[in-house]
Amino acid sequence: MKVLVAVKRVVDYNVKVRVKADKTGVELANVKMALNPFCEIAVEEAVRLKEKGVATEIVVVTVGATNAQEQLRTALALGADRAILVEADGAEPLAVAKLLKAIADQEQPGLIIVGKQAIDDDNNQTGQMLAALGGYGQGTFASVVKVEGGKAQVTREVDGGLQTVELALPAVVTTDLRLNEPRYASLPNIMKAKKKPLDIKSPADFGVDVSPRLKTLKVEPPAERKAGIKVKTVEELVEKLKNEAKVI
Amino acid sequence: MTILVIAEHDNASIKGATLNTVTAAQAIGGDIHVLVAGAGAQGAADAAAKIAGVSKVLLADSAAYGHQLAENLGLLIAELGKGYSHVLAPATTNGKNYLPRAAALLDVAQISEISKVVSADTFERPIYAGNAIATVQSSDSIKVITVRPTAFDAAAATGGSAAVEAVGAAHDAGKSSFVGEELAKSDRPELAGAKIVVSGGRGMGNGDNFKILYSLADKLGAAVGASRAAVDAGFVPNDMQVGQTGKVVAPQLYVAVGISGAIQHLAGMKDSKVIVAINKDEEAPIFSVADYGLVGDLFDAVPAIEKLV
Repeated sequence: MKVLVAVKRVVDYNVKVRVKADKTGVELANVKMALNPFCEIAVEEAVRLKEKGVATEIVVVTVGATNAQEQLRTALALGADRAILVEADGAEPLAVAKLLKAIADQEQPGLIIVGKQAIDDDNNQTGQMLAALGGYGQGTFASVVKVEGGKAQVTREVDGGLQTVELALPAVVTTDLRLNEPRYASLPNIMKAKKKPLDIKSPADFGVDVSPRLKTLKVEPPAERKAGIKVKTVEELVEKLKNEAKVI
Repeated sequence: MTILVIAEHDNASIKGATLNTVTAAQAIGGDIHVLVAGAGAQGAADAAAKIAGVSKVLLADSAAYGHQLAENLGLLIAELGKGYSHVLAPATTNGKNYLPRAAALLDVAQISEISKVVSADTFERPIYAGNAIATVQSSDSIKVITVRPTAFDAAAATGGSAAVEAVGAAHDAGKSSFVGEELAKSDRPELAGAKIVVSGGRGMGNGDNFKILYSLADKLGAAVGASRAAVDAGFVPNDMQVGQTGKVVAPQLYVAVGISGAIQHLAGMKDSKVIVAINKDEEAPIFSVADYGLVGDLFDAVPAIEKLV
């Protein structure tokens, strides 16, 4: 079974982002970029399925700017077999889902794994939209994935606890943090990844219109919290909560 | 304009997040219809009809909707959604699961987790783990939106008298089935809606030590949360996690105990009205957002607070 994994290049999660002075967006120049953490988990899960003999080939895809090739190489170093870059910077989840659907139609994967959300836009939409467009079942926020007998059993992290669903294949799984602990790429694998195939495509190759539906009017920093105080004793803390903040 | 709000419910009653979503719908303006899709969900539909400001309740009662499977609900919402200007759902795990599916079927973008309504087509939403607020305008004919419940007040659960209308369409996509669930049992208030939240982090040391937080929480009528470090270490189940990837809370009082205050944790609680931090490391980033900080050993401080309240 072929597994398709979608990944995204985002600002490294440890970076404290700054909003641009002209309010047009977040400062991305000279900021460390990385593979979205949920996408790393998706790649790891695909590699583990291959190691178990469930997956035969892992194709990793990204939709992004030319330099997103770096993140595809990272995924290749982690164990993906080949990569596809669709050059479309800043595409919205619906457009990304349409491109992934077109690629899935060509590649015919048995399973598609994506992260539950990208930590830049925090949308949490692409996997669900792809599943809708392809008519696939979806196992979102997955913490356990078992593939057996032409079906996938997915345990999902839901508000009150865990829920398990069974999906007909092909299906889309979106990864939650607890699905696995991603491995690090070793130096020899990073070297080998440079020789693995990486195809570059454009949205037009798939006949997909990527024009945005949403217009960002402005981006602002959140309201600052007023500076707090340090209290010396528990008595002082409780007194302040009772009489000053009046919250208990 | 007519707005369709998808109810979060357990078939017998309406969950709180639905009430916050109705308030967001009122801010957009227009007639508000509520869809209750479930199995044996008459009780939830009756409760929805009593919400102030709701003019009609649509009840889609079918075994196909019993466990809120996105494959089936997506088809239903996409079919009904064609007749509305806005389709809103709370940004719960259910809402996040089915609504993007319906949006894609309607060929429209989704606007996720709005925190403010600017106008009928313009909304504010947090991005980058809440470190920036984007104002976005939609050009789609149907605005499909998830609503961050903590950003809106709850609509009154009583006072309304909407008619309940059954909708026939039973969609079963046949792609998925429910196998089972394992829900965490708790007598304390629900984390997302609690007025007071007491959270523990790695500094708690082990799961057993959470007892002192439970004990304080029970005295305060509070819910208990946790940081990812505490969940990953196996101290508590993951549905207690507060943060970018867990629950977003905005209580009156948030007490962070033994939590350093990583960006991802702050994303889930920094809209709380009053934040208290108890940490022995006075350099911990949590103190930069705390209204009241106490530098000290949590194992002394937490029982001492409990005695005083």
